[in-house]
Amino acid sequence: MMRAWLTQHAFVFFHTLKRLIATPVTSLLSVIVMGIALSLPVGVYVLMENLESMSGQTTGTPQMSLFLQQDAQQNDFDRIKQRLQEEPHIVSFQFISKAVAFKQLQHSSGFSDVMAGLARNPLPDAFIVHLEHNPPEALERLRTVIQDWPEVAHVQFDSEWIERLNALLQLGRAIILMLATLLSIAIIAIMFNTIRLQILTKRDEIEISKLIGATDSFIHRPFLYFGAIQGLAGGVTAWLIVALFIRVLNEELVVLARLYEVDIHLQYLSLQDSMSLLLFSAWLGWLGARISVASHLWQIEPR
Amino acid sequence: MILFKNVSKRYPDGYVALNNIDLTVQTGEMVFLTGHSGAGKSTLLKLIAALERPTSGTISISGQNIAQLKPAAIPYLRRKIGFVFQDHKLLFDRNAFDNVLLPLQISNFDSKTVASRVRAALDKVGLLRKEKSMPIALSGGERQRLCIARAVVHRPSILIADEPTGNLDVEYAHDIMTMFTSFNQVGVTVLIATHDASLLEDKQHRILSLRQGKLAA
Repeated sequence: MMRAWLTQHAFVFFHTLKRLIATPVTSLLSVIVMGIALSLPVGVYVLMENLESMSGQTTGTPQMSLFLQQDAQQNDFDRIKQRLQEEPHIVSFQFISKAVAFKQLQHSSGFSDVMAGLARNPLPDAFIVHLEHNPPEALERLRTVIQDWPEVAHVQFDSEWIERLNALLQLGRAIILMLATLLSIAIIAIMFNTIRLQILTKRDEIEISKLIGATDSFIHRPFLYFGAIQGLAGGVTAWLIVALFIRVLNEELVVLARLYEVDIHLQYLSLQDSMSLLLFSAWLGWLGARISVASHLWQIEPR
Repeated sequence: MILFKNVSKRYPDGYVALNNIDLTVQTGEMVFLTGHSGAGKSTLLKLIAALERPTSGTISISGQNIAQLKPAAIPYLRRKIGFVFQDHKLLFDRNAFDNVLLPLQISNFDSKTVASRVRAALDKVGLLRKEKSMPIALSGGERQRLCIARAVVHRPSILIADEPTGNLDVEYAHDIMTMFTSFNQVGVTVLIATHDASLLEDKQHRILSLRQGKLAA
């Protein structure tokens, strides 16, 4: 019984593939339409993922840099450490000596040529302070307190641009969600119509099958397979479009990266995201077919 | 056994196709159903296959009440029945073999025995050498025989034929009747609706005649 069931499914699967291949132009066209529709939100998503990872492995918590006076000594560092420990709202802090900062800057590119020409290290010692999430006024108050410490030359918020970026990314996510929702509905509609036309052309077969004892699931099965397979093919197409798009952008970025002496390149979709894309597109196709089947097949009853 | 008790069928437009029918067909019996067109023959056959529901009365097949069958159970009832149609109802997008294969696919038969069963059915109706032919390339008589092969391939316990010889010449009609008789001889209950007088000359089998929705004695 189990084997008969598997045979049945395998038969329907290959039969559906054959049907898709039998009408190559039609199949290809709808697969391309679905691929393009899916590639839009997926493309935006990939760009955002890249932006996010480029914006540093930042956690998004506010951060403050304390630059000390050029002549600050070890006992000054210790005093500041002590005061920072007493201050509320501070999650953690980290001391970066001028020597360490100089090395980091040398490595982090862009300035390596400039730095090589310097006679002495112009950088100050610094503390990087991670803060709790607080209203901007509270942070501003903290800033003025610290600014008044004699050893501190300058206090700077590093988190502003990250917050702005996060707000932008948030906006981007909302756009992706809207795009994805609208285009998913479009894909379901395309599949609904494709299956509707198929049901019409297979009217005789459906009627005769019902007449000789086919269950509803037997009759639905080929259409659902068709929807899922075509959805999957649409997903693969979307993946290819996005991969091509990243490849082209990366080639352009190589030029840009060389000019700025930085290493920037876009990542392709992760394995997990790729699998999600394929599963989701197959599901969309299946769903469109499911709705179409549910709304059309009951009309065909043998007489 | 097929049992009709006080069965009436009135269509939504008010037309009464069957009026208070009582009928018993024993298992393994072969029965002819006759009457003018519009007398209710087709309706009676459709009721057996749950293609129509009776307005009142009970119909039971092997003890199962068809009138109260849930929609999900109807396919399994139909698998016990083989249908032969006047218009054949063949699928023109596939060859003879695949047409006969359909009932076996529907009832999930194991693929190993399927091909031999299909060929056995085609052999019984004398179409073994035409298994690759498309229905469009077959003559009227061959199409009818193909329809019979499809009706018996899953070895139903009941065979129902609606005007099986409707468009055939006498010689073909005789062949087809011989086939039905041979199925009946191996235990299949056979019910044939016809207005073909030549078929009714055969006196071995019961003849039921319908007149305006009622069974005439």
